[in-house]
Amino acid sequence: MIAELGHYALMLALGLALIQGSLPLVGARSNDAVLMSMATPAALAQFVFVALSFAALAVCYVTSDFSVLNVYENSNSAMPLIYRLTSIWGNHEGSMMLWVFILTFFGALVAVFGNNLPVKLKANSLAVQAWIAAAFDLFILITSNPFLRIPNAPFEGRDLNPILQDPGLAFHPPMLYLGYVGFSIAFSFAIAALLEGRIDAAWARWVRPWVLGAWMCLTLGIAGGSYWAYYELGWGGYWFWDPVENASLMPWLAGTALLHSAVVMEKRGALKVWTILLAILAFSLSLIGTFLVRSGVLTSVHSFATDPTRGVFILAILAIFIGGALALYAARAPLLKQGGLFAPISREGALVFNNLFLTSACATVFVGTLYPLALEALTGAKISVGPPFFNLTFGPLFVPLLLAMPFGPLLGWKRGDLLAAAQRLLAAALLAAVAIAASFALQRGGPVLAPFGVGLAIFVMAGALIDLAERTMILRVPFGAALRRAAGLPRSAWGTALAHFGIGVTLLGIVAVTAWGSERIAAIKPGDTVEIAHYRLTFDGLFERPGANYHELVGHFTVRRMSGELLGAMEPSRRTFPARNMATTEAALMSRRFSQLYLSLGDPNPDGSVAVRLYFKPQVLLIWLGALFMFAGGALSLSDRRLRVGAPRRAKAPAAALQAAE
Amino acid sequence: MTRKRRRLVLIGGGLGVLAIAVGLMLNALRDSIVFFNSPSDVVEKHVAAGTRMRLGGLVKADSLVRGDNLRVRFAVTDGEREIAVNYHGVLPDLFREGQGVVAEGVLDGAGVFEADTVLAKHDETYMPKEVAAALKKSGHWQDDYAKKAAVPVAGGGK
Repeated sequence: MIAELGHYALMLALGLALIQGSLPLVGARSNDAVLMSMATPAALAQFVFVALSFAALAVCYVTSDFSVLNVYENSNSAMPLIYRLTSIWGNHEGSMMLWVFILTFFGALVAVFGNNLPVKLKANSLAVQAWIAAAFDLFILITSNPFLRIPNAPFEGRDLNPILQDPGLAFHPPMLYLGYVGFSIAFSFAIAALLEGRIDAAWARWVRPWVLGAWMCLTLGIAGGSYWAYYELGWGGYWFWDPVENASLMPWLAGTALLHSAVVMEKRGALKVWTILLAILAFSLSLIGTFLVRSGVLTSVHSFATDPTRGVFILAILAIFIGGALALYAARAPLLKQGGLFAPISREGALVFNNLFLTSACATVFVGTLYPLALEALTGAKISVGPPFFNLTFGPLFVPLLLAMPFGPLLGWKRGDLLAAAQRLLAAALLAAVAIAASFALQRGGPVLAPFGVGLAIFVMAGALIDLAERTMILRVPFGAALRRAAGLPRSAWGTALAHFGIGVTLLGIVAVTAWGSERIAAIKPGDTVEIAHYRLTFDGLFERPGANYHELVGHFTVRRMSGELLGAMEPSRRTFPARNMATTEAALMSRRFSQLYLSLGDPNPDGSVAVRLYFKPQVLLIWLGALFMFAGGALSLSDRRLRVGAPRRAKAPAAALQAAE
Repeated sequence: MTRKRRRLVLIGGGLGVLAIAVGLMLNALRDSIVFFNSPSDVVEKHVAAGTRMRLGGLVKADSLVRGDNLRVRFAVTDGEREIAVNYHGVLPDLFREGQGVVAEGVLDGAGVFEADTVLAKHDETYMPKEVAAALKKSGHWQDDYAKKAAVPVAGGGK
């Protein structure tokens, strides 16, 4: 009954989406206020019905209703409640439901909070939003219905893939989807602007909070997924350049570029046409990401068994939306007015530099991800494009980007003084030089490039701090006055500095782990010790431990410093899940400030020894800490924006407006 | 600077960066791509020793030999030919005889494949796409796999 209700609610949502996609559009063309005003209630109703449908699926999962095929295949009554809930999106059908749920949620937010939008823009963008929702509703109903019943309900479900029985599943996909789908708002606004053939700086002001919010979620989603893969897959890698990881990185890169170009558009009225294109691209890449993950065209951790109709359907959605959007862009973009002159050396110039390198980096990832598919389709040759490709292309493009990053905020709008900016960054450069020298002195056998990587990270971090120091004049005016200036700074300035600082932090972590991480693989027996970096691990023995829906073989290790000081115990394990007859490796982690010891257990051998992998990961936590900084920076900036977006009368705070240069 | 010249600088810069990116990609594609081969491919194509590649197929039943210090040796077969593989390290959780596997490494002079990576599979019913294709090509594809593959398998939300 519940499942049928959910199915029915989804069909109603599709109907509402079709109404929302057509009437307001007609209204906007014929200047009919009534038709245009239909968009808001339709968007809200559509959200309510999708939410009902999603809730129905959730009820089926929580109550372990195995007469529903989707629940039977992906859940098990022995699983803890949290995993019964998260397994809703731990499969193809459910994850598409989550996609649509978030999509309509954003649509409803625009409907509710978009009261200060021009009527036409709101009507058009909600209509575009509805077309996307309709396409995905149809996709679910036709090819991926999660509400299908099985005639004879089994007693027990097949269980969720054990790899996914992890708190990571509660966090990572929803955050990622919030990011992906968040870009749909920018896309809808862009299409709406093109339909109207009119765009101004205010457009950027409306779109920026959405882009920023989506970007924050995507940042956290990617970082969360990276940490999950790091501790779950048992070999301590945090980024594999796996096609599906790339699928989430591409929208992030395009979204980051969009975030920066929208600033130029809002403050200076320039780069309009480019910003619109980026808005289209960011969401198109999100759609491509969905296609890559969901169609099963890729060999990857994430592939679901392939059903060709799904692939063709998503491909059709891609072709219609991306192709349609780009065609509209080609037709209408020349009509948009250009504005805002600036010299190459200026804040705008720096942001253009940022955009060029980010989009080029995005293009290399795109090629690296899709080239194998294209080659196989054309010639039949099967190749894999792995980390070496991305290190050789992505890396060289990111270095100049990071080198230039601290300069951007220090340059003035319109016409900047590169020399003055360089003088201000002198301290950062000196600090970086010291860091390079120190790393060279300290490193015992590591890549020659590593100290330069450290130097670059320090330069980026120090550059962000100098930006703040310059704005607060902390070194030039009395401390109290500087504090007052700091309090008066727009939050977006703090946000920028924090996010840029975070990039440096992440880079530092990546460089340290890549260059100075170490690894031991050994077969050991109880009583044996393994040494790594300045730690000594003693293997005490194996014991069995029962779990909720698995049993595990746990190894107990005592960790000491080389000096003998006791640090604690590590207990890596291997879990066996009887429902799927599948084993997973649960690595044990011990954090020493930002560094980690990483220990995972292999198969026990017949002779009583057991294989272990032990890694020392120096400064590894910085990688994800940096992402948290980026998220916090975005949040600060977003809280600033909300205050200003709601208030059209900006003249009240001329001082803030002068400094409002993020 | 006039508007025209500024625009020229912008467009020139953009094209420059793009050219660099394309150059980097072409260079990297020449050096760092890895071809996938089935055991039959290796024999038919006379893949030269020392060429980095991926080898995929089924782990031959009863071929796994565990040596000292985590050295393992097993054979990869596509039903037609088989190739011996040497590996040093911990095998992935789902490595089993009779199951699909993808190994990356180089062929040595004696025709033995020295693998430095054996790819982890994440589901017991999961068959790497390349392996499935290779098996189909050699005519050793069993409907059993197809049946398994037709059941939607839980995958990542990642």
